Amino acid sequence: MRRALVLLIAVASLAAPAAAAAQCPRTSVADIEDEVMCPVCGTPLALATEAPQAKQERSFILDLVEQCKSKDEVKTALVAEFGESVLAVPGDDGFDRAAVLVPGLGLLLALAGITVATVRWRRGPPGGGGDGEAPAAAALGGSDNARLDADLKRYDL
Amino acid sequence: MNRLLSPIPVVVMVGVLALLGLLTYGVVSKSPDRGIESALASGETPAAPDIRLPKLGSDGEGSLADYRGKVVVLNYWASWCEPCRAESPLLQDWHERLEPRGATVLGVDVLDATPDAQEFIDEFGLTYPMLKDGDGDTQKSFGVAAYPETVVIDRRGRLRAIERGPVDDAFFERHVVPLLEEPA
Repeated sequence: MRRALVLLIAVASLAAPAAAAAQCPRTSVADIEDEVMCPVCGTPLALATEAPQAKQERSFILDLVEQCKSKDEVKTALVAEFGESVLAVPGDDGFDRAAVLVPGLGLLLALAGITVATVRWRRGPPGGGGDGEAPAAAALGGSDNARLDADLKRYDL
Repeated sequence: MNRLLSPIPVVVMVGVLALLGLLTYGVVSKSPDRGIESALASGETPAAPDIRLPKLGSDGEGSLADYRGKVVVLNYWASWCEPCRAESPLLQDWHERLEPRGATVLGVDVLDATPDAQEFIDEFGLTYPMLKDGDGDTQKSFGVAAYPETVVIDRRGRLRAIERGPVDDAFFERHVVPLLEEPA
């Protein structure tokens, strides 16, 4: 009976930390630092390695991670300390609008370029009569054609 | 020449020019405002923008308007800022000398973690009032771009001096002490 009790206590003592670890939300500084900004540096925290504020922010996150906070809880705490701008998402005013406008404009330009290129390709080469003559050959004059033929014969191709 | 006027080069050129324009706008719009220096240099004393922020270390909010009638030495700082560490004892010393004469140092802790800021205040025994500007929003009003920076506001709420960097005794003697004699 006593042996069974000792065994039970041993199993319980092994299982308790495992259960606690399972309940603890697993996140890390590395997991969060590419999704938040270093506000003073103006870059994502992951890119700001040596800046004093970045070091402090990382230490702040580490404290929360060690308290078993989830990623969302850490982000909420960061917003409470540093405001919404700490999240690595662009704002919706001023220069920050460029984060949306530039890719959109780029996409439109790319679509326009593809459309123009497709239309040109379907029309064929300018002045092309569709008689099967190669464009380069068509562009050559009579004497050039004769010289080309002579060269080709000389090389016995 | 005709090749340059075909649609694709035109579109590419417009795109490049647009990107250059955007880059220029970005550099200009992110540059700190130096309007205060220009105004002070030309002898103007513009009204200080009112700022309202949470108090650091206690509940409630504080604003510059709360100190109307006092000379205010508004100091932007952060616990991670090394020059701020060297400057803080001097600010505390001057606060103790100025307070009986109707003036105060007012600290604004900016872009800082509250526990670290509180530790900094305890370490240096700072007793002057402190506000917290978590996202640095109010610093734009004063063109603050680095830390520490200090703005002097007279009893009528007008900007009188600004220092981009740590202040020293000479700054207080030259820009703050004369204001103590001015009426509210």
